[in-house]
Amino acid sequence: MKPQTKTVAVLRYRPEQDKEPFWQDYEVPFAEDTSVLAALNYIKDELDGTLSFRWSCRQAICGSCGLMIGGKPRLACKTFLRDFEGKVTVEALAHFPIERDLVVVMDDFIAKLERVKPWLMPREERAPEDGEYRQTPQEMSLYEQFAGCINCGLCYAACPQVGLNPNFLGPGAIALLHRYNLDSRDGGSEERMKLISAELGVFNCTAVGYCSAVCPKIVDPANAVNVNKMNSARDYFFRFLPRPAPKGGCQ
Amino acid sequence: MSARRPYIRPMARWYLRDPFFIEYMAHEGTAVFVWLFALELLAGLVCLALGEAAWNGFLAWLDWLPAQIANGLVLLMLLYHGITWFLILPRTIPPVRIGHARLPGWVLSAAGMMAMIAASAVLATGAWLLARGGL
Repeated sequence: MKPQTKTVAVLRYRPEQDKEPFWQDYEVPFAEDTSVLAALNYIKDELDGTLSFRWSCRQAICGSCGLMIGGKPRLACKTFLRDFEGKVTVEALAHFPIERDLVVVMDDFIAKLERVKPWLMPREERAPEDGEYRQTPQEMSLYEQFAGCINCGLCYAACPQVGLNPNFLGPGAIALLHRYNLDSRDGGSEERMKLISAELGVFNCTAVGYCSAVCPKIVDPANAVNVNKMNSARDYFFRFLPRPAPKGGCQ
Repeated sequence: MSARRPYIRPMARWYLRDPFFIEYMAHEGTAVFVWLFALELLAGLVCLALGEAAWNGFLAWLDWLPAQIANGLVLLMLLYHGITWFLILPRTIPPVRIGHARLPGWVLSAAGMMAMIAASAVLATGAWLLARGGL
């Protein structure tokens, strides 16, 4: 029996020869369990070895295969051909410059992640003999959800404000920042809040909320951004009031 | 020489690209009707301050059929604005916890909408009681 096939339309861009991207159709055999990533690998292996795309783990944890599939930001490994009527469109992640075919330039995104200092900054350094920085399960539950981010970039492709102003810090980096600011072992909140309240910080967000809707790990970056609008306003209006003792691994 | 030539896609008409963006523009757009209703309330207040003739003029405006149709439309838009506002509420406020359990988003939205309905009912009952001359 001849296998079922589906048309996969891929937005191609080869900078050395194309002035702008163009759509190219491929006929791909598929079964119930054929993911879009499997389809792309079939195209690369059997039909057209010149197609470029990023992938690694095939199990929604490496965050490499984020693409616009059917016009929406999705992970190719977690999206299946069976869920699409007719042609499936596959395009590089929106709001990122296209390097080649489905590969985007992520330098700016990575720089934003670095800028939020995504590591624990204890208020007082401890020597190993002083023991570890302890944390209760309740303290961990405050930030656990935001620690699930896999840096796939889908939230940036979902955020029109990122598209309109690429300098906006953006949902993923702010969610990561929020994760560390909520951590009882961290003492760097004050430093990170400067980024939150800056011109390119949270107030660029207009609460579209699509970033959270597309997040494959249910991180809810929109919540991180909007809660920090309140935190920033609180820091401004109540700056003369006594502040609670800073956290940061010193208890 | 590098052959790199990253391509930046245009953002023109981004709001039509996805049904999510169209709905976003629709619920943000209904804020204009909130503003129109606030203007009408303000006009009523100014008329009240100007005296009986102005106030009667304002009442006549409210009785005029086209104005009633317009106010009906404003009411529908305000309802849509209110409902969508509460739908996005869980994304905009800090997580609410009872003990160690975090309340799911739909509970927050539902509680907000119930509060909106209760406040509207209290306001409507008060207005009705005032209109019939008290208890």
